[in-house]
Amino acid sequence: MADTSFTPAGSGINWGKIALRWMLYVMLGLFALFYLMPLFVMVTTSIKSLEEIRTGDLISLPREVTFDAWRTAWSGACTGIQCEGVRPYFWNSVLIAIPGVALSTLIGAMNGYVVAQWRFRGANLIFSLMLFGCFIPFQVVLLPMARVLGIMGMAGTIPGLIFVHVIYGLGFTTLFFRNYYVSISPELTKAAKVDGAGFFRIFWSIFLPLSLPIIVVTVIWQFTQIWNDFLFGVSFSQAGTQPVTVALNNIVNSTTGVKEYNVDMAAAIIAALPTLLVYVIAGKYFVRGLTAGSVKG
Amino acid sequence: MAPILEINNLFKNYGSVEILKDINISIEKGDFLVLVGPSGCGKSTLLNCIAGLEPITSGQMNIGGDDMTFVSPKDRDIAMVFQSYALYPTMTVAKNITFGMKVRGVEQDVQDRKLAEVAKQLQMENLLNRKPGQLSGGQRQRVAMGRALVRDPKLFLFDEPLSNLDAKLRVEMRTEIKALHQRLGASMVYVTHDQIEAMTLATKIVVMKGGVIQQMGTPAEIYNTPANLFVADFMGSPAMNLVPAKTSKGADGTHVEIARNGGEPIVLTDAKNRDLPEDVIVGVRPEDIADADARGGEAAQVAECTIDIVEPAGADTYAVMQLGGKHVTARLHAETNAAAGVSQRLAFDLSKVSYFDPETGLRLN
Repeated sequence: MADTSFTPAGSGINWGKIALRWMLYVMLGLFALFYLMPLFVMVTTSIKSLEEIRTGDLISLPREVTFDAWRTAWSGACTGIQCEGVRPYFWNSVLIAIPGVALSTLIGAMNGYVVAQWRFRGANLIFSLMLFGCFIPFQVVLLPMARVLGIMGMAGTIPGLIFVHVIYGLGFTTLFFRNYYVSISPELTKAAKVDGAGFFRIFWSIFLPLSLPIIVVTVIWQFTQIWNDFLFGVSFSQAGTQPVTVALNNIVNSTTGVKEYNVDMAAAIIAALPTLLVYVIAGKYFVRGLTAGSVKG
Repeated sequence: MAPILEINNLFKNYGSVEILKDINISIEKGDFLVLVGPSGCGKSTLLNCIAGLEPITSGQMNIGGDDMTFVSPKDRDIAMVFQSYALYPTMTVAKNITFGMKVRGVEQDVQDRKLAEVAKQLQMENLLNRKPGQLSGGQRQRVAMGRALVRDPKLFLFDEPLSNLDAKLRVEMRTEIKALHQRLGASMVYVTHDQIEAMTLATKIVVMKGGVIQQMGTPAEIYNTPANLFVADFMGSPAMNLVPAKTSKGADGTHVEIARNGGEPIVLTDAKNRDLPEDVIVGVRPEDIADADARGGEAAQVAECTIDIVEPAGADTYAVMQLGGKHVTARLHAETNAAAGVSQRLAFDLSKVSYFDPETGLRLN
């Protein structure tokens, strides 16, 4: 906020304004604390020993820091009868998320390019229908999708889950790319056509290199969606192909005897870490990319 | 030799809306054809049809003697310069210019040689490694021209290439395009809504309105003998004065009677005997109404008129008055003593007068 050089006569400092500013900071600070509280509890609980959790206070700092719970969560915690921690499921999630993100982004870019720049008859209708896909609750499609996966012989497999995520990501990825490409002058495509370039050449050489901001947005969005997905993961997987979110649920629900809160917390943080990391690394592009379409170069 | 561009009975519809109606155009090699008209007259659509970027509904088109009606843009041997320049934003100037050759698989050393030639021709050797975002409007325009020139096509197409430039640069680039046309002897089709650009650049002008060609001819033909009221009004700045008048035949030629505000009508004599209806619209260019004291010659006839507004424009002074219920502009010399509200002796020259039918708007002489 730019302060003006205006000062009321007779006083050098505007106390009322400063008080207001401080109140604003205090309010924002309180909101931030409130919002960060669960994360704080998660982190501190995950590095306490079980003994300390039982005797101590929920929000107190650990007296003694131990990473045993993290080790257990990563490679020793039991999900049902197996006790391998979240590690194998974490890699399942990686194997699902990376191809899922890459394919849905690439296909979404292609769709957006077609709908925005090669205006064929019915382009708007097709785009509206794809947009409709963004608003369908996923519970609705579980049964038909299970049937489709069964027919394709991909039920319970990682490629099957990738397929599902690509299909249901396309609505959003197409929307992102379409809105980005629609702000690009159609004369660019015309110029390239006159220059002799074809459909794919124009896409690869001209539109894709232009798309970095929107690619970042789409990758963050899709990665978060696919990594955090539980419903498809629990519905379309079987033992050995479950993603980390499903494993986390199993760890938390299948402990016998003492409830190991520290292990649960550590596992939950591990499961959430990749999306946090992606956001921290690429977050500023995310905000920039979301507004990129509205600014003309 | 076959015309470089020949369009026969071209129609273009969007759904049930007719955008272009029965377009027939033919130009020779080396011609500079300008398509001019107000917004929405279909001139850009016509250019896109020539380029093959828009399919046509019916009709036929030859470029360089070959039937190109259904040929895709890349095989028409054309190059096009766009209003927004349409430079590829992620490529350097050099890559922008050579992209077309690269796509067509031209050998690298040929690409390099042609790039160097064009860069020299347009004086932009020092810009080759920059991206379009780092260039000024005029430089971008130059790169867009370079991209077209390097192709050495049969036909150049320009879609309002100067309308994004500021006024001064526009005039400079206009001269440059004209020089380029003279130097290359290339065939060009140029779309603009600016009638001054049309007049200065063209060897042949097509005036369009509502998807229909109103008149086709040399700049002089269009200016001196407009085919209808629309063309008369659209071409020329300030516009031609179009005033309702009554005609009658006299011994010394045709008498033209124009009503004057609060006074006797002006009666002018056109020395030619013409067969005209009684009610006409008379078209007189502003430069054919001048100061009586400055202009002599037998064609000039003097009449007193009360001036309403005086607009000095530097080289000339425009005086606006009411005649026949219309605003009429006269082009006086810069040091005229004309003043608003004062009666002024004006000389009317009817040697280039136009007559139009008030009903149909068509030219009568």
